[in-house]
Amino acid sequence: MAFKDYIRERFFPHIWCPGCGHGMVLKGMLKAVEKLGIDKNNIVMVSGIGCSARITGYVDFHTLHTIHGRALAFATGVKISRPELCLIVPMGDGDALAIGGNHFIHACRRNIDITAVIMNNRIYGMTGGQYSPLSGIGKYASTAPYSTIENKFDIVKLAETAGASFVARTTTYHIREMIDILCMAISNKGFSVVEIFSQCPTYFGRKNELKTPTDMLNYFKDNTTPIGSKVKEANPELIERGVFINSSMPEYCEEYDKIVAKAKKNTEV
Amino acid sequence: MAKKVLKEHIINKDWCKGCGICVFFCPKNVLELDKEGKVFASRPKDCICCKQCELMCPDFAIEIEVQ
Repeated sequence: MAFKDYIRERFFPHIWCPGCGHGMVLKGMLKAVEKLGIDKNNIVMVSGIGCSARITGYVDFHTLHTIHGRALAFATGVKISRPELCLIVPMGDGDALAIGGNHFIHACRRNIDITAVIMNNRIYGMTGGQYSPLSGIGKYASTAPYSTIENKFDIVKLAETAGASFVARTTTYHIREMIDILCMAISNKGFSVVEIFSQCPTYFGRKNELKTPTDMLNYFKDNTTPIGSKVKEANPELIERGVFINSSMPEYCEEYDKIVAKAKKNTEV
Repeated sequence: MAKKVLKEHIINKDWCKGCGICVFFCPKNVLELDKEGKVFASRPKDCICCKQCELMCPDFAIEIEVQ
């Protein structure tokens, strides 16, 4: 099946701005699903609100477009009732870590078999370019005309500490690497977090001297390095990308089934 | 591996938003933007079928057909 069979062509061209990275993430996801050969009737994609959340409208899987920040809560409900389905939750940085921050850390803690894809464009694009918890110090946004003074989250460290069993980071520039990482994340039995740096040339780029999509893609190329590379020692400012955690831990649905079996056994006696 | 030969650049102009990502990433400088800001293959003979444009296009607007 070609990856184009997975899209709802009637809704194209999509609403994202020219050069937006979310289209590239969508393509990466479809290629990963195609590579794994999953039947589209066995995939559920759940999203919240934001530019990134519009992704569910364009894929021909089972899709849920839910409320802001709560995509993981809805996905948890779907997974508990139908554990055989493959759950993918695309989220924006604000959706995942500001509005849905608590849902995110608790989904990590439970280690439920869901793949959370965080499309990090460091801005709230849909509402006009307000700064997000991922913008970082010294970045400009429509609500930070004199630059931001807030520290940013490190998604990888946060997910790692909260207990996710698969944590990775990649960028839209490294699309081949993104496809491989998404394949690993979807195959992982447990909660998988993939942070993907995505470009927002319209709001983040224009205000931060990266005016074109290609400037932003080159920024990702120049400012990231694979985990453990020697370049990082010389230039500690670089952001590492790759798979940080890939471990097997007890999965929530399986543990839940065990508890159900245990409870039934006790009532039979 | 046999060398790939280009059949055609399939460009969906209705979906192209003219962001220029494909033009920038083409290693052989095959693509250009036209007057309307949409992509077209100006030097198709130079195409090596690496499919970088097809992979990078955020709008699903370009495809490479190989013979």
